[in-house]
Amino acid sequence: MEPTVSFFSGFAPKDLLFLGEAALRTMWISVLSISIGTLLGVVFGWILYEGKWAAALTVAPILDIFRSVPLIIQLVLFYNFAPIVGLNLDPFASGVVILTIYTASLVANVARGGIEAVEPPMRRAARSLGMSYWQDLRHVVLPIGGRAVFPAWVGVALGVMKDSALVSVLGYVELLKASQILITRTQEPFLILSIAGAFYFALSYPISRYAASLERKWAQ
Amino acid sequence: MIEIHDLHKYFGSLHVLKGINLNVEKGEVLSVIGASGSGKSTLLYCINGLEPVQQSNAVVDGTDVHAKGTDINKLRQQLGMVFQQWNSFPHLTALENVALAPKIVKGKSKAEAREIAAQQLKHVGLGEKLDVYPSALSGGQQQRLAIARALAMEPEYMLFDEATSALDPELVGEVLETMRMLAEEGMTMICVTHEMGFARDVSDRVAFFHQGVMEEIGPPEQIFGNPQSEHTQKFLANVR
Ligand SMILES: Nc1ncnc2c1ncn2[C@@H]1O[C@H](COP(=O)(O)OP(=O)(O)O)[C@@H](O)[C@H]1O
Ligand SMILES: [Mg+2]
Repeated sequence: MEPTVSFFSGFAPKDLLFLGEAALRTMWISVLSISIGTLLGVVFGWILYEGKWAAALTVAPILDIFRSVPLIIQLVLFYNFAPIVGLNLDPFASGVVILTIYTASLVANVARGGIEAVEPPMRRAARSLGMSYWQDLRHVVLPIGGRAVFPAWVGVALGVMKDSALVSVLGYVELLKASQILITRTQEPFLILSIAGAFYFALSYPISRYAASLERKWAQ
Repeated sequence: MIEIHDLHKYFGSLHVLKGINLNVEKGEVLSVIGASGSGKSTLLYCINGLEPVQQSNAVVDGTDVHAKGTDINKLRQQLGMVFQQWNSFPHLTALENVALAPKIVKGKSKAEAREIAAQQLKHVGLGEKLDVYPSALSGGQQQRLAIARALAMEPEYMLFDEATSALDPELVGEVLETMRMLAEEGMTMICVTHEMGFARDVSDRVAFFHQGVMEEIGPPEQIFGNPQSEHTQKFLANVR
């Protein structure tokens, strides 16, 4: 008798490769969003710090919106409404745009906290040496404040990496989407979700370890 | 030469400096004494432009500190300042603390800046501590580090704002010793201080501030031996 060809088939080694590629996509979308978002967030943080009430009335509420509306809603809204204003972005690009803005809105507050962590007397001392405003920011505020809020920033970065799973709702095949596809086929959710979880762990663990070692180095 | 003519400073409606007239010659050591809140720190901040003023003629070597066209960052290189709090840059070693400004402000090469820094640290007695982070230094050592950091810009003047007030009593001596050494080397200095012994022994003139007014100025013998103003007498009676 002919073996029945089943629509469902078990987990095969090549599926591991499929998940691995998806993990790389998760990494790629995260690295892009976190790095661009961090740069933007630092600029916004500086505006929040220097802009006083003007920033409190303009930039701050906008950032609040992006920070408080659930990411999944932002993603779906942006993906579906961007074409109306003539922006035809694929799921990947849409995901990067929204994740970047989301990261920036979170990093803005972290960055403002970092600037505030450097006491005015320290900055006066820097200026009294003849440093310009920007030299003080670059050589005194950035390294000192940056170290003070580095743990908070790592928290944001790891959070965004996990939240990048939400881009799957747009059909982008990152780690979570890939797992769903495999689960549908193999009907082995426990095994596949465990593997996906392990990939997420493998992505974030080196970052936490590296961050911890940096903090130890700075602490001395 | 520092020339201050009719300097007025307000914080909001608070009149903090009420028409100060003061000249400090090259090579002179001036001590500024007076009760807390009398405007001594504010005077120093106005001299190096850290505080804007409402009305002034503060002129350093012919340059008006508060004029629009003045390159204040350049002028500040002439005016080293040491604060009550030492403000060491915690992420840099002692050597890097001192080398930073010569490198980025004056554009010295890294090697040159490090050489200047090592030299100034030796100068203030920290030659053994070049590669130590500030957290491993005592308050007195950090304050001497702050002095070296200011000296590395090769200033013409040094402004000290209660440089020893935040120190534990046993650490005050080493910082005063360093300041005394600078005075003997001929540095022009304005020292806001509560150390009457230092003011008496080291300065050429002593100025007494009272509620935003420079009540009395003269040689230490006059201020300490025969003060003219009633406020000066009261103040000195209390600190003794
Ligand atoms: N940044 C500021 N804002 C408002 N008031 C200030 C500020 N700095 C100093 N003052 C006030 O100015 C007066 C003089 O202060 P200061 O120059 O620090 O005195 P001193 O150094 O003699 O103790 C005080 O009444 C003080 O409260
Ligand atoms: Mg003071």
